[in-house]
Amino acid sequence: MSANRSLEVGTGLFVLLGFAALAFLTTQLPGAKLSLGSGSSGYTVSAHFENVGDLKAGAPVTMAGVKVGRVSSVAYDSQEYKAVVKLIIDRSYNRIPDDSWANIETSGLLGARYVGIDAGGSETFLVDSSQIENTQSAMVLEKLVNKLFAAFASRPATGASQESKSP
Amino acid sequence: MISRLAASLSRIGAVALFLLQVLAACGPALLRPRLIVQQVYNTGARSLVIIMLCGLFVGMVLGLQGYDLLARFGSESALGVAATLGLLKELGPVVTALLFAGRAGTALTSEIGLMRATDQLTAMQMMAVDPLQRVIAPRFLGGIIAMPLLAAVFNIIGIYGAQLVGVSLMGVDQGTFWSQMQGAVALHDVNEGIVKSAAFGVICSLLAVYEGYNAEPTAAGVGLATTRTVVASSVMTLVVDYMLTAAFLKV
Repeated sequence: MSANRSLEVGTGLFVLLGFAALAFLTTQLPGAKLSLGSGSSGYTVSAHFENVGDLKAGAPVTMAGVKVGRVSSVAYDSQEYKAVVKLIIDRSYNRIPDDSWANIETSGLLGARYVGIDAGGSETFLVDSSQIENTQSAMVLEKLVNKLFAAFASRPATGASQESKSP
Repeated sequence: MISRLAASLSRIGAVALFLLQVLAACGPALLRPRLIVQQVYNTGARSLVIIMLCGLFVGMVLGLQGYDLLARFGSESALGVAATLGLLKELGPVVTALLFAGRAGTALTSEIGLMRATDQLTAMQMMAVDPLQRVIAPRFLGGIIAMPLLAAVFNIIGIYGAQLVGVSLMGVDQGTFWSQMQGAVALHDVNEGIVKSAAFGVICSLLAVYEGYNAEPTAAGVGLATTRTVVASSVMTLVVDYMLTAAFLKV
């Protein structure tokens, strides 16, 4: 009987493990909730952006190219019609001036979005739940191209630009 | 030439007919869940270690190769997506099926073949016990239950293997790895992997029990049947994998 018992326990463990794996695959991967590997301690600051591009929760926050924290959530603020991004900054980086700029940047030409912070000159520093006022939105490639074409079109016609305008 | 063609045709037909017989025997076999549990343990739980080990290394290789390739385009941040989709849709189900054929399929074939060689199956029939219900169907069902679970475990271990190499060794940001992956992987990608592994479970289990049941009752015959199980399971897995991939592709 004990042999049977251990067989059942072994099978039960295997089936449980298998279904846990299936549950992980179906719920954790195709979702936005980052539940693993985000237990870092730090203080939270928020920033409003006109456009965040495809910034996702979990993306790194950098200063001068060095990672200082991560994005904890990206949400839409229906009062201000802007995206509100919450950043978790590591406790050791507690001397970030509160007039710093938060920019949405892209790693490489087609890489993932991240938040870059450019230090300001203020003597007061960001603390928990403070807000970064100075923000710069993501560059959206299509908008840039549109602006470029608009600039071309509105330019006073000279011989050379007239030629180059036609695609 | 013609006779060989006829022989392979008749084998395909025999497998198809055997599938119908086994399916008919599956209903009564469900009334004896204990036998199925025993087979889930034999084919699934005992293959778990090799599946986990191979999953780890397949994931780590994916992390290395994926990083090497993506770094050329400056898009290492897509490593999580590349490794996960590769594992979920192709490598997980296929490599699990190949390992399953080698680890569990051979065991099934040689066990049933030896029962045939020692006339145990005939003895059961003499006692009015249908060996299809008592021996074959539980093994078939056990394999079908075990395969998707093994593939899911393989996928998880593989993803963490890719993360181990990509994040710890190559320096891809962990948050980027997971957030890009979670943004790009949809539920239908996971479902594709589950459907594939279930289909491979049917193929590998069916071929294993078929070859064992129809093995020539000699030592050489059982050995030959075991070899044929591995070859036929591997080939059929890869062929059906192409068909399923084409069926799932949204054009």
